[in-house]
Parts: sequence; C-alpha cells; structure tokens
Amino acid sequence: MDTKTAGRKLGLKEKYAHMTRGLGWDTTYQPKEKVFPFEQMEGIKIHDWDKWEDPFRLTMDAYWKYQAEKERKLYAIIDAFAQNNGHLNVTDARYINVLKLFLTGVSPLEYMAHRGFAHVGRQFSGVGPRVACQMQALDELRHSQTQIHAISNYNKHYNGMHDFRHMHDRVWYLSVPKSFFDDAVSAGPFEFMVAIGFSFEYVLTNLLFVPFMSGAAYNGDMGTVTFGFSAQSDEARHMTLGLEVIKFILEQDPANLPIVQKWIDKWSWRGIRVLTLVAMMMDYMLPKRVMSWKESWEIYFEQNAGALFKDLARYGITVPECVTTATKEKDHLSHQAWSTFYQYGAAAAFHTWMPSPDEMDWLSAKYPDTFDKHYRPRFEYWREQEAAGNRFYNKTLPMLCQVCQIPMLFTEPDDPTKIAYRETQYKEDKYHFCSDHCQHIFEDEPEKYVQAWLPVHQIYQGNCFPEGTDPTAPDFDPLAAVLQWYHIEFGADNLAFEGSEDEKNFAMWRGMATQNS
Amino acid sequence: MSKVFIAFQLNDDTRSIIEAILADNPHAVLNEAPAMVKIDAEGSLTIHRSSIEALLGRDFDLQELHLNLISLSGNIDETDDEFTLAWAN
Repeated sequence: MDTKTAGRKLGLKEKYAHMTRGLGWDTTYQPKEKVFPFEQMEGIKIHDWDKWEDPFRLTMDAYWKYQAEKERKLYAIIDAFAQNNGHLNVTDARYINVLKLFLTGVSPLEYMAHRGFAHVGRQFSGVGPRVACQMQALDELRHSQTQIHAISNYNKHYNGMHDFRHMHDRVWYLSVPKSFFDDAVSAGPFEFMVAIGFSFEYVLTNLLFVPFMSGAAYNGDMGTVTFGFSAQSDEARHMTLGLEVIKFILEQDPANLPIVQKWIDKWSWRGIRVLTLVAMMMDYMLPKRVMSWKESWEIYFEQNAGALFKDLARYGITVPECVTTATKEKDHLSHQAWSTFYQYGAAAAFHTWMPSPDEMDWLSAKYPDTFDKHYRPRFEYWREQEAAGNRFYNKTLPMLCQVCQIPMLFTEPDDPTKIAYRETQYKEDKYHFCSDHCQHIFEDEPEKYVQAWLPVHQIYQGNCFPEGTDPTAPDFDPLAAVLQWYHIEFGADNLAFEGSEDEKNFAMWRGMATQNS
Repeated sequence: MSKVFIAFQLNDDTRSIIEAILADNPHAVLNEAPAMVKIDAEGSLTIHRSSIEALLGRDFDLQELHLNLISLSGNIDETDDEFTLAWAN
C-alpha cells in the first residue's frame, strides 16, 4: 500500500486566514457589549474586524518555532558570557551603570506591557488583533525574563541591581517610566494600543534598542547586545502591529480621526519625555560612543517617524505639535538630564561622574551649538570642585512635572538659559508642568493626573520612610530614611563612580584575569 | 519619497541575506554599525526568497528573517516569495 502523501503545503496567506479567522464566536445568552465592555467606552467605531490583517501573517505555529530558536541562540550566548567572565570585557566599569538603569527602569515596563497586551487581547472582539495581542503579550514576558536573566550575571558582581522591582515602584526617577506605563494600562484598549503599539514601539523603541544596543556591543557587552537585539526582533513585529492598528482604526470610520490624532499627540510627547533617560545613557553613560543622542534622534525620529507621519497624512493625521519642541531640545536634552543625575547622585541606585576632558571634546564636536556655550563651563567647574574634595550633591528636592514626573529641569524651547515652568489651577490646587505639552495632557484629563503619585510630594508628606521612622527625632536624617525605604545602600549603590566599590572591584578582577598573582 | 529601512544582526546567517537585498535593490544603501547593519532605501525595498536561496544554497522561508531582524520601517507586504517595505508618500 502506498504511503499517503501529505496535502499541498498552505501558502502564507491561506495559513494566516485559517488560523486567524472563524475562531471567534457570537454571544448567545449575554449581549456582546457586556462581554466586551471596554470596546465602546472610548468612542472608537469599528465596523468590520475582519479587515484587520497582520502584514507579517505570523501564525501561532510559526511563532513558537521562531521564538524557540531565538531563545536557544540567546541563552547559548548568555551561558558563554557567564562562563567566560564576560562582565570583565566591558570597556570600563562606568558602563555597568547603564545596565542598572535599564534593569530598574525598562525591564519592569516589559512586564507591564505583557500584562497590558494580555488585557487588551481579551477586550477586543476581533480575532486578528486578539491573536496579535496574544503573541505580543508572550513576547513582552520573554523580554522581561531574558533581561532579568542576562543582567543577573552583573548583579553577582556589582552594586545597585539587587532589588530592581522594589525600586521601580518607589525611586524618584523610576516613576518617570513607571508612570508612562501606568498611564497607558489605565486607559481604554484602543488608547493602550496607540500608546504602546504605536508611539512606544513604532516611534520610540528604535532609539533604545537599536543605537543603544549597538553601543552595548561597542562597549564589549555581549550579553546585553544579544538580549537587546533578540527583543528588538520582536519589536519589529510590534511596530508593524502598531502601525497596522492606526491604519485599521482610521480606515474603519472617519469619526475616529480626531480621537486617534489626540492620542498620537499625547503619546508622542509622553514617549519623548521618557527618552530623556535614553539620551543621557547614549551621550554620557557609554564609555565608547557609537553616535550621539542627537544623531540617533535625527535618524530614528526625524527621518523615520517623519516618513511615517507623511504616510499617515492620507488619513488626515498631522505631525504632533510637540515634535517642534522636541527638535529644539535635541541639542540640550542629554546634558540637562545628566547634570541633574550628577547633582542627585546621592539619591540614585547607580553611580554618576563628570565626563573626562576628551569626552567633553567629543560632546563639543557633536553639539557645536550648545555644549561649550551652556554646559562645558558648569561641568568643568564641577570637575574642579570634585578634585578639590567638594563633590557637589544637591540636597534640595526638585519640583516634579505633574504629568511626566521628571524634575523641572528642561529649559524654554527658545531660551536655554531659562527653566520652563507652566502651571494650571484645578479645583483647590495648583499643578506644575515642564512644558506646554504636559500641561495640555493634564488639562484634557485632569481627574486622571491629579491622582499622580509624585515621589517628591510623597517624601515631603512622610510616605517614603521605613515603617516606624520618627521624623521628629533629633537625629532624623531624611535622605538616609528615604534611601533605606528605596533599598539603596548608602555608599555602595549611590554617590560618585570614582572611589566606588564597583570601580575598585572591576580594576582588581580585571587585573586578576590577566595575571597569575 | 521617504526612506524605508531594514536592520539585521551581523552574523553568518545574515551575510547572504544582506548580499541578496543589496543585489536586488541597487538603490539601497548599506550602513554598518557595531554588531548590526541598516539598509536604507528611497521609497521601497523588496526581498526575494529566490535570491537568498541562490546565495545560501538551501531552501529559505522568508519568515526566517524574524530570527535576525532588528528593526524596520515602512508598510509591509509579505508573501511566500517576496517581502516588500514601502511608504505611501
């Protein structure tokens, strides 16, 4: 008897149709709007969910196959990294501080993205987007896990990474990325998709995962570049999903346009503000630099997002106003952010330093219009003070923006010598903002943003000390109490890089790695 | 016209993929960076399965691109034989 031959292999389009259509069902004993209660709440009108199509046409069987292979590759490298003391191959120990910021600030967002996509996948009644959300929820969980695994090899040897999840919910600068995601997951499902799928994935992750990860490779960090690129290979799919969401919503009903435009305006700015941290990572925290923040911004935002907005113009979408502000800020952002972290280096879970003279020359060359004029004099003064034993630590807590939660460190878009302050009176209270754009976001949804958990306000209200602390005791030290509550160990995790335990250990271990005594 | 791009990890698997893309898209520009390459192209970029197979000397499924893909931009149109990135304007 002849062996039965398998039927013709399905083409990509056919397979996708089979595995994403006809999988849903209509409700019988409950009205549909009660089963999908969030689908209507934002005013978005969807007439035909079947018009949704994933351009990659990725189906679950192919998804598992390729993701498994990505994981095998990644973990082979992480094992090799650990077995060969890969941490000693990085350019210098200052580099490791960027991983502390990444682990405490970014990895928990991956987990929140996992939860967010699992949630909206349940809330959409269309099968195509549900499948796509399910895959993305799994990807995000993978990213969070692989980042924690990869960086755990550094945690064995260096300070500041021991309690990243605890810190994420408490430490002042981590409230910036945390509040971004909290804002997105507490919105409706369509706004979440625009916030994360579009603004975060399409417009912004390119800046974090592409030039920054290439920078990790340039600095000898094999583990990080590998998890970064492995994650970004999923992001390519997420970006596509993000763009697809926008096109799909806009094509479904012309009434959706103003709602989507408002979300694009809001989330572009929310994302741009979070990128402040990435700007300083690239210009100040990578000992060997691939490209400046400004250059990355020009390639991945001006050129790439510019092309995207031009493409979306056919639906009536216009470039958000905030892009003009962000374009003016590109020459200042990283310098203003790093000088803030330098001043508040006693309250951070990573070390800070002033750039060396040749690093300052690099900054002058990359920022010819601003660095020498506005930032070099201040940085040279701080270097001199540090050399004289007067390392400057700012002990006054800054005002935070009610929306992005960043200290009010940004200058007026057209005057780099003047800090930008905006304020709005709402009911009994006055609220402060770093920019017109954060102010507009607040004014559109004040009841949401009055609830913001602002770290500085919370410290002043006495909510950030370990239980049993007596703030009226004569020897009460507020900074020490806050650091204890953060789980930041004074003298080990914080303060200057020069003289830190990390610096000493790295030098000693690298010495041991090349000598026998 | 706007530019589209596609970026890959730099490794043994991608060498033939990159070579095939550049051969099929003479207007594309290769930008090299540590551990990665970024291919930029005005307007659109098309990847042909057959060109990659000819260089690799084996069957290739275009979805294997996912393994080493870092990022891309443009609207995607993918079939079994071709993968195209393009902007509408």
